[in-house]
Amino acid sequence: MKEFTPPPDSGSIVSVTDRVKPVTLGMAVTSVHFLGPRAAFVGGEENVAFVDGKGEIATVAVHSGGILSTASDGKRLVMGGDDGKVVSLDAKGEVTLLATDPKRRWIDAVALHADGAFAWSAGKTATVKSGKAEEKSLEVPSTVGGLAFAPKGLRLAIAHYNGVTLWFPNMAGSAEFLPWAGSHHGVSFSPDNKFLVTAMHEPALHGWRLADNRHMRMTGYPGRVRSMSWSAGGKGLATSGADTVIVWPFGSKDGPMGKEPAILAPLQARVSVVACHPKNDILAAGYSDGTVLMVRLEDGAEILVRRNGTPPVAAIGWNAKGTLLAFADENGDGGLLEL
Amino acid sequence: MSEATSQKIPVTVLTGYLGAGKTTLLNRILSENHGKKYAVIVNEFGEIGIDNDLIIGADEEVFEMNNGCICCTVRGDLVRIMDGLMKRKGKFDAIIVETTGLADPAPVAQTFFVDEDVQKNARLDAVVTVADAKWLSDRLKDAPEAKNQIAFADVIVLNKTDLVSKGELAEVEARIRGINPYAKLHRTERCSVALADVLDRGAFDLDRILDIEPDFLEADDHDHDHDHHHHGHDHHHHDHGHGLKHYHDEEMQSLSLKTDKPLDPNVFMPWLQNLVQVEGGKILRSKGILAFHDDDDRYVFQGVHMMLEGDHQRKWKEGEPRESRLVFIGRELPEEAIRKGFESCIVS
Repeated sequence: MKEFTPPPDSGSIVSVTDRVKPVTLGMAVTSVHFLGPRAAFVGGEENVAFVDGKGEIATVAVHSGGILSTASDGKRLVMGGDDGKVVSLDAKGEVTLLATDPKRRWIDAVALHADGAFAWSAGKTATVKSGKAEEKSLEVPSTVGGLAFAPKGLRLAIAHYNGVTLWFPNMAGSAEFLPWAGSHHGVSFSPDNKFLVTAMHEPALHGWRLADNRHMRMTGYPGRVRSMSWSAGGKGLATSGADTVIVWPFGSKDGPMGKEPAILAPLQARVSVVACHPKNDILAAGYSDGTVLMVRLEDGAEILVRRNGTPPVAAIGWNAKGTLLAFADENGDGGLLEL
Repeated sequence: MSEATSQKIPVTVLTGYLGAGKTTLLNRILSENHGKKYAVIVNEFGEIGIDNDLIIGADEEVFEMNNGCICCTVRGDLVRIMDGLMKRKGKFDAIIVETTGLADPAPVAQTFFVDEDVQKNARLDAVVTVADAKWLSDRLKDAPEAKNQIAFADVIVLNKTDLVSKGELAEVEARIRGINPYAKLHRTERCSVALADVLDRGAFDLDRILDIEPDFLEADDHDHDHDHHHHGHDHHHHDHGHGLKHYHDEEMQSLSLKTDKPLDPNVFMPWLQNLVQVEGGKILRSKGILAFHDDDDRYVFQGVHMMLEGDHQRKWKEGEPRESRLVFIGRELPEEAIRKGFESCIVS
C-alpha cells in the first residue's frame, strides 16, 4: 500500500483530499455502512441514503421517526427507531419490518449475528429472533444500554446499569451477570471471543477477560467513548473520546492489562468516530472539527482525507474489501474515497 | 443570554406530589394554542393524548456517578432519551420532563449539569412544582418527597385553591415560604396559569440570576390578609412587618447571606467549594451574586447539591450597590458555620 507511506523528511502531512468524491446528503447522519458496492448513510431520522461509486444518491424511508440504533453485517442493516419498529434494509434497498414493540416503545439498541439472527431492546427487555425459531426475551434489571452478539455461538451481551448480562437465548436459565459499578452503554466482543468491552457513561471503558471474568479498566479519557472499532485480526481496539486515537492492545492473553495504549494522530480536536480497516493495520478517524485522517497503527503515520472546519464527523465506514472509505459529518456533508 | 445558551433546547422539569395536578398542567401546556411543539418525557403513557407532540416513556432510573460523590446522582434513562431526541432536533422547541409524584428532582437537574453531551444540547430552564393547596400542609409533615419538591422549585403552582378557605390558603403559602421563599408562586384552580409563568423561565441561566430576593417581598398579587389564625402544632410562628405569616420548617430551610463589603475571591472560592463538598448532601440549591475585591465584574453562581457553576457576568453598573448575596436552600443547614465561613471571606 504505497499511498500510506509518507515521503521521507516530509514536513507536512500527506493529503488525499483531492481524491475524495464529495457527497452532500442534506440530512443529519449517524453512521455509514457498505451494502454491496454502495455506501448506506443512516440518517438521524427516517431515511437511509445509498450512495454509489458515481456519487449518485438514492434515499430510502426506513422509519417514521428517529433512527436510534443500527447494526450491519455487510449484507443488510438492522435498525431500531423511536417508532417502536425494528426494520432491515438490504443492498437492493428493500425494507422489511422485522418486529414492532407492542407498546411502541423506543428501540434503543440492535445487534446482528453473522448467521442472520438479530436482537433488539426496548426499555429493560432484550429480544432475540433467530431463523424460524420463536422470539426469546430476557428482562435485565435496568434499561439496556447496548447489545452485541458473540462471534461464536448464539450468545448475546446485554449492557445495562452496573454490568453486563451474557445470555444464550437458546438455553433457559443461562444468563450470566458480569458486574461492574456504573452505567454501561456500548458493548463489543473481541473478534477472538476472548474479551468483552463496554463503553461506560463516564469517560472510560471496562473490559472482562471471558475465561475468568478478570476486570480490565481502561480510563483516562476526557470525554465519553462513543465509537470503538477492532483492528483487523482483533489485536487492537481503537476508540474515540480523546484528542488522539487511543488503541488498546488485545494481542496477548492478558489483553490491555498492565499495558499502555497506543496514542495516535493527536489533533486540537476530539476524536468523534473511528473505523479500522478490515484487512490492514490502518484506521480512519473522524474528529469534532470535521477532520478525517487515515492512520497507520504501526507507526502513527497520517494521511489527511478531509480538512477541518465543519461540524463533527459522525460516521465513518469501510467496505468489506477495504478499497472504499465513506464518511459524513453531522450535517450530512461527506465523501467517498477509493483507494 | 449568550447565543450558545439560546440555541440549546430548554428543559422544564415538572414535579409535584401524587394528585397535585401535574398531568392537568401538562395537558394545559400541550393543548394551548402556542404554536410550539414539545417533547414530553413522562412516566406513564395514556394520560396524555396530544398527537402533535413527541411523548416518550421514561423509567426514572437513578444512578450514582462513579466519582465518589454520593449525592451525585443522575437519571440514566434521561441521558439515553436526550441522545435519541437529539436525532430529531428541529422537530420540537422544548422538552418537558414529568417526574413521578415521589421523585426527587435533584437527579433530573444534575443530569443537565453532569453529562457532557446532554449539556451541549439542552439547558435546564426551571423546576416547576405543582402543589395541592388542600393537602400540601399535611404532605409536608409526612412526605419528605413533597418537601424536597417545594425546596427545589423555581416556580410553584399552588393548585386547587378553590378547595380551601382564605385562611387555609394563607397557611399553606406560609409553609411553602418557610421552606422556599425564592420560588415564584402562582395560585391556580385547575392549574390555570399563564404559560409564560412556567415555561422559558431561565431559572438556571447565570445571566438571569438577577434577583434573588424572596418572592414574597415583591409587590406581588398577595392579598395582605391579616388572619392570624394560630395552629398549636407550629414551633415557630412569627409575623413579618407587612403581615405575612411565616413558618419555620424544622428540617428544610433557606439561608440568605448578604454583605456590602467586598469578598476575597481567594478565600471565598475555596470556602464555597469546600462547603458544597462537605455539606452538598444537605444543600439542595444555592445561588449567589458576588462582589469581589478589586473586580469590576459581578460574579454569579448557582448550584445543585455538590455541583456548582459560576462565571463573571457583567460589569457592575454605575451607582449600583456592590453587594454580595447568597442563598442556600437545604435540609438542616449548619447556619452558624455557614455564616461564620461567609464572614471570613470578607476583605477586612
